[in-house]
Amino acid sequence: MRREVRFSGFGGQGIILSTVILGRAAVMYDHKYAAQTQVYGPEARGGASMSAVIIDDEAILYPEVSVPDIFVIMSQEGFEKYGATARPDAIMILDSTLVHSRPGCTFYEIPATAEAKTTLGRDIVANIVMLGALVGYTHVVSEEALKKAILDSVPKGTEALNTKAMELGIAIAGGKKQP
Amino acid sequence: MTSRLEFWQGNIASAEGALAAGCRFFGGYPITPSTEIAEHMAAKLPKRGGVFIQMEDELASIASVIGASWTGARAMTATSGPGFSLMMENIGYAAMTETPCVIVNVQRGGPSTGQPTMAAQGDMMQCRFGSHGDYAIIALCPASVQEMYDLTAKAFNLADKYRVPVFLMTDEVIGHMRERIIVPDAVEHTGRPAFVPGTLPFKPGADLVPGFPEFGKGYGTHVTGLTHDERGYPCATNPGLHAALVKRLVDKIESATQKLADFDVVNPDAEQVFIAYGAPVRTVQQVIHDHPDRKIGFLRVRTVWPFPSHALALFKNARRFIVPELNLGQIAREIERHAKVPVTSVPKLGGELHTPGELYAVWEAGA
Repeated sequence: MRREVRFSGFGGQGIILSTVILGRAAVMYDHKYAAQTQVYGPEARGGASMSAVIIDDEAILYPEVSVPDIFVIMSQEGFEKYGATARPDAIMILDSTLVHSRPGCTFYEIPATAEAKTTLGRDIVANIVMLGALVGYTHVVSEEALKKAILDSVPKGTEALNTKAMELGIAIAGGKKQP
Repeated sequence: MTSRLEFWQGNIASAEGALAAGCRFFGGYPITPSTEIAEHMAAKLPKRGGVFIQMEDELASIASVIGASWTGARAMTATSGPGFSLMMENIGYAAMTETPCVIVNVQRGGPSTGQPTMAAQGDMMQCRFGSHGDYAIIALCPASVQEMYDLTAKAFNLADKYRVPVFLMTDEVIGHMRERIIVPDAVEHTGRPAFVPGTLPFKPGADLVPGFPEFGKGYGTHVTGLTHDERGYPCATNPGLHAALVKRLVDKIESATQKLADFDVVNPDAEQVFIAYGAPVRTVQQVIHDHPDRKIGFLRVRTVWPFPSHALALFKNARRFIVPELNLGQIAREIERHAKVPVTSVPKLGGELHTPGELYAVWEAGA
């Protein structure tokens, strides 16, 4: 089944890296197909940033995301620019630390940036918390695949921090937040 | 070693395809959306005994590639619209001197600096005719990350075999997209036509291609962009010699059109047939996938130059060809020249792909 995932936030949050990790998890470890794209422009530097990944069991033909099934929104501007038009049957996971609006579709509030800062001491891993939550809610890739893809993609020395961030996201999605 | 699975960006796949094909020289000047190719080659080439040079501009970049090729190295550059324009003069020099080289153009919106980060296919005619004078080249158009790898590797073989600039005419969508790719354990590596010492350096073989006398192999060869005789010496006022040389430069490619042709045919008995190359291929594939009950014809072209016009006749029931392109109908016009039925150009400018719905609507309107 084709699932279209769109991430949006601001430049520097790791919005593009998040979809690269997700696509990598799907292709390399779940042995599915993925096509990852991004809005790639000077306007994205510090402004609203958007990237997308399509995950499917069969080869992906049309590679652009048209009507996302799943949104991960990490800034208010990102919500307004890329999330506000979500279809009623979409699922949205939003960073409630940074996004004040709420969509008309099913949504989950994850205080990712606040949790990353207070629980893990580093708000830079907020996107990994969101990835964990995304997989916890939607199972768009397996947890094992996500973990391996994260470890492939993060700088050496940050593996433990990023693994904790992922697990925190999964735990929040499962409603059993770890101490 | 066996083939392996990767999740790569198109531009990285192109660079890796070049490395696998034995490319050992890259001379270039970074430009969006091609920069990742230069970046990757800068990181990888020195470790493989190759040379990466960031030149002062694109005029120098293609000049360095031509020079490197004459030493026997497989050589390439990568650029986009504005850089491509700057390369035009020396591309003609490469065609005239029959210098094998590979030029990747990750097309963006033009004219001028246009849309650096958005996809287009506006350089298809420039690639064929952009330098002055008559000549012919080969152009390949990938439609996936896998083909960025495969066709880049193939481009080196064709450049060597025909002693001609070969273009990988891709676009921002395919260049920047990340996808699943199966990286083969090895790619086919065919060489240049052998030069026989003691023969004339620009005397062609039966395939109209002369053997390649590499620099530094013990014999002198004169290489010039002026009209030259089979010795390689300038002879710029002999009308018959000029006509024969230029005719041969064109004929060596055009007479090989059927051999060079690389295309797929879907539903050859269809009445309405899409023809596409590059990123729009993906949209047409989606249209066919979404409407299995409709007989939608598709000629999916990888070798755009020389254009495989003989493929049109494979659609015996065709009453219309539909050509979606990210330009105002450049290849549609080429198809019109060969087609015996009407050609509908479906241009799209601005950087986004046609949606499957847009293309199906065009097909349905004629059903």
